Amino acid sequence: MSATDSVPTLQTLPSDQLRALQWRYADRYDLTMIIQSVRPVARGPIARLVAQGGRNTHEWTAEKNALLAIYDESGITAAFLNPEHGGFIEGPKNLALALVAFELSWVDAGAATCSLASNLGVAPIHERGTPEQFAHYMPLVSPPAPGDARVPTRVAFALTEPIPFVGVETGMLSGKMRVVSWETGQEPILNIDKRGRFITNMDFANIVTAAVDSADPRIKGSCMVILEKSDPGIWDAGVPTRKMVHQLSSTCDPVFNLNVPASRIIGGYSVKNGVIIPNFSHSEIIEAVFRRTRVTVGLMTSAKLLSAIEPIIRYQRSRFRGGETGNPGSPRYDLGLQTKQDVLHRLVDIWATGEAGAALGFETARLYDRLDPLDRVKERMFAEQGLTGRSAMKALAQIQQDAMECIALQRQPAATRDQTRLASLEADLLVQYAIFDVQANVLCPACKLWNTGYGATIMREAVSLMGGYGITEDCPGFLPQKWMDAQLEATYEGPEAVQRRQLSVTMTHHLFIVQFEGWIQDLRAIATEHPGTGARAIAAAMEFWLWTLRYMQNTSDANGTKLYQSNRQGVTFPLTDALCWLLASRQQILDVVELGKSGAEDPSVTEELPGTLAFLIDLCHVQAARAVGETSRICSELVFGYQPQPACSCGCSDHAPAPESTHLQSFISMRSQLDVSLYGFRLAKDRAANALTTVMIPEALDYPV
Amino acid sequence: MYQIIVCGSLVPDPLQTLEPITGPAGPALRNEMMLPASLDPWARHALYEAANLATIHPGSKVWLVSLGPKAKLQQVMMTIAQKVPFELIALDGPTGGFTDAAETAAALADAISAIPGLDLSKVLLFGGWESASRGAGATMQIVGERLSITEQFQGVDSLTIGDDGSLRIMERVEGGQHQVSVCNAPPAVIGWATGNLPEPSNNPRVGMSNMRGIMAALQTIKPAPVGTGDITFTSVALPTQTRTTRIIKDIPPAQIAADIVAWIKGG
Repeated sequence: MSATDSVPTLQTLPSDQLRALQWRYADRYDLTMIIQSVRPVARGPIARLVAQGGRNTHEWTAEKNALLAIYDESGITAAFLNPEHGGFIEGPKNLALALVAFELSWVDAGAATCSLASNLGVAPIHERGTPEQFAHYMPLVSPPAPGDARVPTRVAFALTEPIPFVGVETGMLSGKMRVVSWETGQEPILNIDKRGRFITNMDFANIVTAAVDSADPRIKGSCMVILEKSDPGIWDAGVPTRKMVHQLSSTCDPVFNLNVPASRIIGGYSVKNGVIIPNFSHSEIIEAVFRRTRVTVGLMTSAKLLSAIEPIIRYQRSRFRGGETGNPGSPRYDLGLQTKQDVLHRLVDIWATGEAGAALGFETARLYDRLDPLDRVKERMFAEQGLTGRSAMKALAQIQQDAMECIALQRQPAATRDQTRLASLEADLLVQYAIFDVQANVLCPACKLWNTGYGATIMREAVSLMGGYGITEDCPGFLPQKWMDAQLEATYEGPEAVQRRQLSVTMTHHLFIVQFEGWIQDLRAIATEHPGTGARAIAAAMEFWLWTLRYMQNTSDANGTKLYQSNRQGVTFPLTDALCWLLASRQQILDVVELGKSGAEDPSVTEELPGTLAFLIDLCHVQAARAVGETSRICSELVFGYQPQPACSCGCSDHAPAPESTHLQSFISMRSQLDVSLYGFRLAKDRAANALTTVMIPEALDYPV
Repeated sequence: MYQIIVCGSLVPDPLQTLEPITGPAGPALRNEMMLPASLDPWARHALYEAANLATIHPGSKVWLVSLGPKAKLQQVMMTIAQKVPFELIALDGPTGGFTDAAETAAALADAISAIPGLDLSKVLLFGGWESASRGAGATMQIVGERLSITEQFQGVDSLTIGDDGSLRIMERVEGGQHQVSVCNAPPAVIGWATGNLPEPSNNPRVGMSNMRGIMAALQTIKPAPVGTGDITFTSVALPTQTRTTRIIKDIPPAQIAADIVAWIKGG
């Protein structure tokens, strides 16, 4: 046995149990079961429909419709519901739904969208509905039990409208509501006039939650309302959208003109001086809903990247088999294209990106599972104290101060800090809410932005590795379809500009920054214990990014115009992009560290762990180097790019002199440190690439071509 | 009302590369513990038939007695628990194609004997008539003998219970024929072939109900020291196979049949 034989290396593709440890749900058999329930649906009927060309039509066909019953039967539809309403998962379900989306998107994200759009439709009621609305509608959306002849209730979410308000500008609505009749002592009857665009599930929905604005002085502001197909008036599902992606989801441009009782206003209303005042505006409801569902969209693209690994390896290895040259046993026969380093390195990049995206997405889903109960506590306590509007913001500001104190105490040595005060703050649910809420406000748009945007770019790389095969319908793993689908994922539920805009605000929150500083310290500690992960490089890059953010916030350009400001997206947006790279890479490292720890205690992965862990650590290093490079480039462009080039002392115009500003010298020094942090990363990439030539893969893909 | 006890173990996912190697404890498959596993397909048929019988005869109960590595059992149960209701009796031991059928049968029989309230006059002992791992085809017979169940049927495709409680059993025999037997009453060993039932859809609600008991069973799992007995394997190898795969879409079944006939004749 040679020395290299003793180095653990990847033996097989990561097992389900290893993933459960890495993504931290190994103790949740309900989640493991839903994965095992969803997977055969994805790799069975969904995959067969895709292979048969079921995506090649805009119309909602009988074959596509047949999938709905399969979703009902397998528990996919009910995964969103509480057990008392026909579901089977207790507690928050963000991670559960993320895993469902991940499994479905492994084969076809349109199917995932179809499933998740029902959840999106009912989410406004779930998040902000009155107790009566909750009690009435949640059981309705539960799939009929075997033998129950009731027509399934299916829900669509109608926000997006035709041009000019299509998609991006959710603050304005052309959908209107007016009072039709209001008898004394009776519920007011409202007329809802709404035209939707790109509305998912419309071919089969019989309930719609729609965003509308007031067109009547007797109604104040906007709201969301529940529309039922049986309501009097016009319910026109509309023509199918001629989209080229996600064709296993139904998408139409519907028209509604319906009369509904005011009790359908989601979250209820009050009447003041003869004016109906909805308890929640449509923006408030959308914020509560989208901040959760966007995470699953981000994970869809990551699932595509990870699903591409096995078919690409198989294609690479078998590329030359059957040809006139290369007999069995020869490298050309056994390894095929894998004798070429470039294809291996590119595949490592794809895998590393998928790992980073999945890590960020699942962490965000887990974060929402922690946040959801705290969110309800906060809503209840604020309601009990009558805190709304400005008074609520003032109260929240005080809570955030306490949260800052809590984090500061956590960072102090245990021997010297005020333990009593820390325990009190850690037990304060509102303080915990504030900490997690600020994190979620960054991680959610970061996951949606980076996973989908950069994921789509890397998905193109996956397609290219399949050669000409990659742009045919026969490509194993449906890679070209996934590439196109990824572009929609980067767009819907808020396109990339919306996510960057949100991040540019939330990432500067003082409570986030103080946590970010703590994360840098944590990564440094990890780097000492796990030197090959790239943790030190990411810590340095995070510090570099933070320095740049502060510099941009406090500096003006050559014309004296403030650099970091709302409308200056040339400054703010690149910084959001850089942050996303760092957050994804950081979380990838944290998950692998967690895997090493929990895997060592789990005998079921004893044989698999050493090799897979070594490989995943190398992927962390690869991804960290890429994140460092992106951050370094972006920050340098911003710091130097808005200042004029100083004249060289020699009078030439060929080179720029070193800056005199100590600030900028400090920046250059930090950037040099970033360069030095890249030591060894190419060696890690070589190791990972070599592992791809020996890893054992199944004999065939477990879903059809 | 019947006590239906299904014996079933685990096999590697058939899509995986199964490469025999010689390990420290004898023959094994390369990376076997890392590969996904599933309940032996013959045992699966037996389990679905058992659940169906229990549904037809209210008050009946189904146990699944399974010997395999604890971690693999847990993984497989995540899927199989969603199919039909049952109670798991788990034994922690090696699985695969190289364990001795007699030692395995002894461990299974001991576990069955320890079931509280076991009433042999109500017992229908189900299992696969062979296994997808190696197929010694002897395990169920030995388990039956150890439990003193002498009415044994192998290669069963159908079991119907008459109004008088008699068991009408169709066993596979040569030439695509069935032998029909009538057994007056339990106990009986039924080694199932494929049966007649489709695979039930996954039902997470059934799974959640099963898993509470399954997790408890796995936490108190007992070791089953089974091995290769007195058997010495001089060499192990996969059957020689020749793959001549063609991928053709939308070909009608009649054409497929004609092609196969032509291939056989040509071969």
